[in-house]
Amino acid sequence: MTSLETPVITGTRSNAPVKKRKGGYGSLGRLSRGDRIAVSLMLGVPTLLVLWLVWVPAVLSVVLSFASWQGIGGIDTIRWIGFENYKNVFTNYPPFAPALEHNVIWLAMLFVLATPLGVFLAVLLDKEMKGGRFYQSALFLPVVLSLALVGFMWQLIYSQDQGLLNAVTGSKIDWYGDPKVNLWAVLVATCWRQTGYVMLLYLAGLKAVDPSLREAAKVDGASETQTFFRVVLPVMRPINIVVLVITFIEALRAFDIVWVVNKGRNGLELISTLVTSNIIGEASRIGFGSALATIMLAISSVFVALYLRIALREDKA
Amino acid sequence: MPKPESQEHYLASLVPPSARAGVTRRGLLKGAAGTGAALSMSGLLSACGGGSSSGAGGSAGGKPTGTVTFGSNASDAPPKKAFAEVFAAFTAAKKVKTKVNTVDHNTFQEQINNYLQGNPDDVFTWFAGYRMRFFAAQGLVGDISDVWKTIGPDFSDSFKQASTGDDGKQYFVPIYNYPWVLMYRKSLWADRGYQPPKTMDELTTLATTMKKDGLSPIAFADKDGWPAMGTFDILNMRTNGYDFHVSLMAGKESWQDAKVKQVFDTWKGLLPYHQEGSLGRTWQEAAQGLVKKQSGMYLLGTFASQQFTGADLDDLDFVAFPEVASEHGQDSIDAPIDGLMMSKSPKNEAGAKALLTYVASAEAENIYLKTDHGDVGANKNVDTSKYNAVQKKSAEIIGSTKNIAQFLDRDTRPDFASTVIIPALQDFIKNPSDIDGLTSSIEKQKKSIFVA
Repeated sequence: MTSLETPVITGTRSNAPVKKRKGGYGSLGRLSRGDRIAVSLMLGVPTLLVLWLVWVPAVLSVVLSFASWQGIGGIDTIRWIGFENYKNVFTNYPPFAPALEHNVIWLAMLFVLATPLGVFLAVLLDKEMKGGRFYQSALFLPVVLSLALVGFMWQLIYSQDQGLLNAVTGSKIDWYGDPKVNLWAVLVATCWRQTGYVMLLYLAGLKAVDPSLREAAKVDGASETQTFFRVVLPVMRPINIVVLVITFIEALRAFDIVWVVNKGRNGLELISTLVTSNIIGEASRIGFGSALATIMLAISSVFVALYLRIALREDKA
Repeated sequence: MPKPESQEHYLASLVPPSARAGVTRRGLLKGAAGTGAALSMSGLLSACGGGSSSGAGGSAGGKPTGTVTFGSNASDAPPKKAFAEVFAAFTAAKKVKTKVNTVDHNTFQEQINNYLQGNPDDVFTWFAGYRMRFFAAQGLVGDISDVWKTIGPDFSDSFKQASTGDDGKQYFVPIYNYPWVLMYRKSLWADRGYQPPKTMDELTTLATTMKKDGLSPIAFADKDGWPAMGTFDILNMRTNGYDFHVSLMAGKESWQDAKVKQVFDTWKGLLPYHQEGSLGRTWQEAAQGLVKKQSGMYLLGTFASQQFTGADLDDLDFVAFPEVASEHGQDSIDAPIDGLMMSKSPKNEAGAKALLTYVASAEAENIYLKTDHGDVGANKNVDTSKYNAVQKKSAEIIGSTKNIAQFLDRDTRPDFASTVIIPALQDFIKNPSDIDGLTSSIEKQKKSIFVA
């Protein structure tokens, strides 16, 4: 999903300066032959790649979502069944409702916990405190690890019989197995990683804020809190949007950690895991899985569209 | 999301194999013609098998040479070693080399569709049952009926049946199987004076006593989703018989039938005696509970013996699951068969068939079972004197049980087993009270899947 918005952005960004700049290269028509070839290659090759790797599969997925196919044999073995798959997803597939709910909880948790915490840590680290470098590396370390590995590491903490958590607290809770708690246990692990990611992004943004703005705020008698919310935060609008979008994307594409724990069953259903377990593997309900994927695509498109609107407005401003 | 290149890949891959198959078949015919029109396929093949080839000229019909590629799901150390030893013996005897490509067991299973449609190895590991017949019906695996003409006398009829596709041809060479039984530790049961249960009532009484003695009566794990299928299978076959199991798996019976509800209801009565927290536990962990004498008994395939070593292994014993309904007694059991298949158009067909013939021999199975001793050899003439106690008893139980089922996920459509039954059984374990809701949901989903 990440790559969905990139081509359009690059498109608009590269178009805008060309139109605005009257001097320099002038309009497209006045480019030299070599330049024109270079430009068309630089635009054309990535566009073809994006079409081939993103849009064609996406469109085919949508098309296949109206089919019944086991993934074996040629196109002639595909049976077209209209909206049957969608009807089944919504009315006749018990894991779907929990999956949707879990994705929403995932988004909410990243939004209220991981992202604010990351921002908070970034602000603290920006204070150039003693040992800041150390904390920064320590907090960023989880981001370097893949989520699959994160899931495994937390398994050592969560394991019912041999885990650290139960050994220390003496509880008997099965953190990854009990469907009442496993989603939250996994979310803690996810937030642990996501926080570092947001922190680093935000820290980079904070370093770029013009120090004179803060000084001016101080001179005007603004408190720390006021300075941050009234001055720094508005200045960092582009970073804020990036962080927001990352939060949405991470929530929607959440998959690996849950897959490592129990293949997204028993309390850990996510739309992405349902897509995988229907399409990959022996099951091969290609049509049904594509319908799930299409639903996921539709939901992500809403966020992508929102982001594009904000980003485009930004460009115009 | 299915990528278009994979679809392209499917299409592209469909052409060369068939083209290749044509060439091979022509080569075979030429070979047959060269050695005399009367020479039958079986004649050619026994030449391969016996190694007394008279030098048939064809590319496929000749004496096996070169290298056979082998796709293996035997990623655990014991079976991997066992296969390596069998192949070493094969190479020594038949002068044909093997090239083994081992893939993680579950990954191999999940990628089987793409694997078979792509560029599969000449011979690969697979399972008997619907899972075998399905790929045979799709034309993705090679017909080895001629191999069966050679090896047939070494196998009982039930193994031949289990190797036969819907079209009556053979596609599979069985190596071993293992029964699903109620396992326990002899020493624990002797100490406490427990007696093997023969009926449901006795099982319940025994479980109640065990609970009082501070044990988890029935070890249980269903994190991976499939072990609970074994419990469902045995309760279903004990309650409703083997024939009902077969037609239920084939989608011909309704899951809302009172018979199915009866199975869930019986299971519901037993659930309080099952080890708690099963959905977060793997079968290995549950078996450890049995090893440590924390659990009283465990219904699982005898592969659970892998978790027992040394003196503990000698202490492991088992009985068939107790009778539920008197008319069916203990006449059915899950005893899944693992074995080998040949891909649709192997690069080295003569070598592949020679390998399959060799692996089916008692000699090869003896070598295999020497290293992998949780299983029972499929060949009639396997040397049983080297069996350990578990293997001996497994062979007895399989031999004396009238109906052998393959296991839920091998007897029905894989899409139904993995996307419907696994979540449904896990839901049942979480909430055993809503049997009506559960069975109606399974039935509705079944109808949407079994149309294709």
